[in-house]
Amino acid sequence: MTPTLAQAAAEVGIDWGWVFGHVDEMWERTVEHVTLTGVAVVVGFILAVALSLVAIRWRATYKPITWFTGVLYTIPSLGLFAFMVPFTGLTLLTAEIGLILYTLLILVRNIVAGIDGVPANVVEAARGMGYQSRELLWRIEVPLAMPVIIAGVRIATVTTIGLVTVTSLIGQGGYGVFIERGISRRFLTEILVGTVLSVSLAVLFDFLLVRVGRWVAPWTRKTAV
Amino acid sequence: MISLVDVTKVFPGMDHPAVDGLSLDIAAGEFVVLVGPSGCGKTTTLKMINRIIEPSSGEIWVDGVAATETPAFELRRGIGYVIQQIGLFPHRTIAENIGTVPELLGWDRPRIAERIEDLVVRVGLDPAMLGRYPSELSGGQQQRVGVARALAADPPVLLLDEPFGAVDPIVRFQLQEEFLRLQEELSKTVVFVTHDIDEALRMGDRIAILNVGGILEQFDTPENILSGPASEFVADFIGGERGLKRLGLRTVGSVDLTRGPVVDVRSDVETARDAMAQYGTEWVALLDGDRLLGWVWGEDLDGQLTDLEPHSFWVELDPESTLRKALNAVVMTRSRVAVVVEDGIYRGMLGLETIAGEVDQ
Repeated sequence: MTPTLAQAAAEVGIDWGWVFGHVDEMWERTVEHVTLTGVAVVVGFILAVALSLVAIRWRATYKPITWFTGVLYTIPSLGLFAFMVPFTGLTLLTAEIGLILYTLLILVRNIVAGIDGVPANVVEAARGMGYQSRELLWRIEVPLAMPVIIAGVRIATVTTIGLVTVTSLIGQGGYGVFIERGISRRFLTEILVGTVLSVSLAVLFDFLLVRVGRWVAPWTRKTAV
Repeated sequence: MISLVDVTKVFPGMDHPAVDGLSLDIAAGEFVVLVGPSGCGKTTTLKMINRIIEPSSGEIWVDGVAATETPAFELRRGIGYVIQQIGLFPHRTIAENIGTVPELLGWDRPRIAERIEDLVVRVGLDPAMLGRYPSELSGGQQQRVGVARALAADPPVLLLDEPFGAVDPIVRFQLQEEFLRLQEELSKTVVFVTHDIDEALRMGDRIAILNVGGILEQFDTPENILSGPASEFVADFIGGERGLKRLGLRTVGSVDLTRGPVVDVRSDVETARDAMAQYGTEWVALLDGDRLLGWVWGEDLDGQLTDLEPHSFWVELDPESTLRKALNAVVMTRSRVAVVVEDGIYRGMLGLETIAGEVDQ
């Protein structure tokens, strides 16, 4: 296995010397990448929860909210950053605003769909037992919606990890730095390193979130005998 | 205990009311069944009692309190509620499901745990199931949990909306029996909705038969409804075999049994012939002390009774058996009687005349 892989690498011209010489920078870029992603997903999630609560409380607002977040989602990321730079500069804020906006559609949709997906008979039974609306939401509906909500967080996280490679253009670091530099220097190894690291990080976070999903919804692990 | 006074419900956008000027009085400890075809408003009526559905007009009183004057959540915590789809909370264990209302009421943990242990046995579940999730249980087991959950805070009133509709007939029968036994111990005020008249007749102290549009056709005991249906609708709804259904309501123990042509197996042939002559039968039943051995044809009487091989009665009833079962026993046995045995001791027998006489009354 290893020799063939090495041969293949040699054929496309991977410069292993460069790779081993840049382990420190890879670590640095990983921290940047994870931070950019983490802040975007966490802040995006908080905003999405707020928007979802509005959408659930006042049903009429759900369509406008998804329409608006949907429009945001369609804006090309490069265009969005370019548009924002005159206002917020080449800053972390610019990068995060963009990244956060892209998470909203997925998160809001999954949170609302998760709550809507709670079986009507469970909700009726809970009301019949004497749950008030707030208790019903937080103690019955939200826990039961968790698998769908976590699925949304997974998609949002993986999407954001891909998107963060673009934020290097506004000087915020991350794996995009490798890709951008590799392109300008026509240096394939560096482009590949940036890409492979980004994909690996996405796969790793996806896996971790699956585990988190099982942990917050232990009942889904067991099935009828 | 529960009073509905001229209650009407009109759903938005509907021309006709779902329930129209319904008045019902339900006494404490009474088991009332609401029954009727689809669209008769039976479920709507039930759900107005715990305000899952708000009435358009009229008054509902529960335990001396106007339902609409009490905050809905408070009212509901005092009323047990079981629905057909059960609605167990999938993310909570069986123990947590059962403990739902006590927890909402703020009971302390040891008291909740004690209550759960007690209930799980009462409804016939294995305590080993307490740590499982609802999806791991069969439909019948889930429905038992549903009943236990409704009983958890010991509410005086229970509302059940087709609780046994989703399980197969055998399990349904079991659940019905168990629920009746439980009700005998607990004496709750029960309002039970079903579309199945036979279930209604089996379960209810009184039955409210509703017609489409929430019109009350008759509200009476099963016996009175079967013997005197108030309208053509009721007669149609309770269907044919009314006589048989009435027999299903009475137990063998409520009837005067006759001794019948019965002799001890150690008697002589003459005594056996006398017994046959007395009852005008062509057969005689043999007893060994209090134990019923079977019956023999008169023409086979010869020598010692102990030498004969008696025929089995096939069906032996106990005093709790229904007259309907007794009738079945009569037609199943060539001796044309139903014999009643309690704890192995012969109690007597009854024939077609006695059974038919019970329907005449």
